[in-house]
Formats: sequence, C-alpha cells, structure tokens
Amino acid sequence: MACISPDGKPTESGTKMLRALKSGLRAPEEIAKSSGLPLFRVRSGLRELVQASLAIEKDGRYELTENGAKLIG
Amino acid sequence: MEEVKEQVISLPRLGEPAPTFEAITTHGMLKLGDFKGSWLILFSHPADFTPVCTTEFIAFAEIYPELQKRGVELLGLSVDSVSSHIAWVRNIEEKTGIKIPFPIIADLSKEVSLAYGMIHPGQSKTETVRCVFVIDPNQIIRTILYYPLTTGRNMDEIVRIVDALQTRDKYTVATPANWRPGDMVIVPAPNTQEMAEERLKQGYECVDWYLCKKKP
Repeated sequence: MACISPDGKPTESGTKMLRALKSGLRAPEEIAKSSGLPLFRVRSGLRELVQASLAIEKDGRYELTENGAKLIG
Repeated sequence: MEEVKEQVISLPRLGEPAPTFEAITTHGMLKLGDFKGSWLILFSHPADFTPVCTTEFIAFAEIYPELQKRGVELLGLSVDSVSSHIAWVRNIEEKTGIKIPFPIIADLSKEVSLAYGMIHPGQSKTETVRCVFVIDPNQIIRTILYYPLTTGRNMDEIVRIVDALQTRDKYTVATPANWRPGDMVIVPAPNTQEMAEERLKQGYECVDWYLCKKKP
C-alpha cells in the first residue's frame, strides 16, 4: 500500500490525506489541492484508506472512520 | 480435421478509449481512471538497469516539470517487478542526482503490455518496445509512437505533440509539419465550393483555398 506501511503506520502521503480528511475536506480534488499531491495519487490513496477501513466513501466524497481518526490523532 | 483457433488481439487505435487497467506501480496500485481529467503519457521501456532506458528515464524526469505545466502526468511501464523498479530509480538518483518523480507499472503478468500492444515479438518476445501513448483527459488515445529497442526517444517531440494536441483542442485547428508553439496553425479545409470561395476572402494567409494558415 502506498498510504499505509506494512507496519500499519501511515506514510507521508497517507498522513497528508488523513490530515486533509480530518480538516473536513471531502472531495479528492480538494484533498489534492490542499496536500499538494497529484490527483491520481489522492484517488488511489483514498481507495487504499477505504480498503484499510480508515475512511469511508459515499457518492465520491470521503470521511474518516473512527479508526482513521485514531490513527491520525 | 483439427480445428485451429487463433486469438486475435485488437490493438489500441487513435481516437478510441484507452484500455482500462489496474496495475501495481512504484506509487501503489493505480487504475487508468485515477488519471481521468488529466492528460497522461503512458510509456513502456524494455527493462530496468539497461543503458538506453536509463538515459530515457533521466530525460523523462527532466521534461516532467514542463509536462506538469501542461496538465500532463507520466506513467512508465516494463515487464519488471516493483522491487526492480524501486532499486533502479534509487540507483539513478544515487548515481546522477535525478529523482524519478512519476510512477512505473510493474507489469510482470504482461496484462497491460498486451492490452496496449507493447510487445513486438519481432523485436523481443519478453520485453516491451519503446511505446508512447498520449491519452487525453477523457481517456481517449490521441497519439501512439513506437520506437525500437535500440533508439532512445526524442523528448522535444513528445512535448511538441502535447502542445500540438492541446492547441488543436483549444482552437479547433491543425498544425503543420515541424510546427512549434507560436507558429501559424492550419485552418481546417473547407467542405463545400461555397466555403472554398469564402475562405479566400477571410484574411487568412493562404497558399490556395485548401491550405490556409492563421495565428492561433
């Protein structure tokens, strides 16, 4: 996974995305703009966060789960 | 009589949707759809840790900022593992100081290579030739280039193609041979006799009714 290391810790790009979600950003485009990550990285990263149960997706918008919020502190 | 079955693989063509994929890359699992809304240059190279490919990767990294200004992402591919890709890009950075900023597909299954017609058995049965696919924000293939194993690609031409395609989309014009940004562009040829007669009165720089140029 590009966002979560095998030891379960978020990578630098994963941390940027989790922080953006924590700040209330919901759309991949908004997260790309605030994090400085390319949109393609944000789209794939959000997919990984959902697979890892750290975020949920509804109608193309994303939110942190309880686990995601705990991980980012 | 024995029945002979032949699998016909349809190669991607200009103006058609780019074949979709989901692939392991040096930046994680990526789908073609992740690039929707951006221009994408998908290119293949024969193998990691080989001389021509190394010069090309350095050259692609050098044009990446120019491509980004034009809203273009780069995505490399070869039939090597992701570990090999990681080791190679780290080696390039260590030896030359140049960081490879774009992802590279590890296409060990050859799924993407075959879908894009990147393996030409006359050149190599196991390696991808040097392909370039320019894919637009709607994920339509707009340009295909094939270079042989022994010839490194011309980066100026790749940037020039992007400029020409984006100029075409912005102004609905064509670009002449050896066109460069800022040069005159070609007004689409008239379709009727009436349009041909009118064309010559429209103030364009015309050789004749079918070849007229203007500033973009």
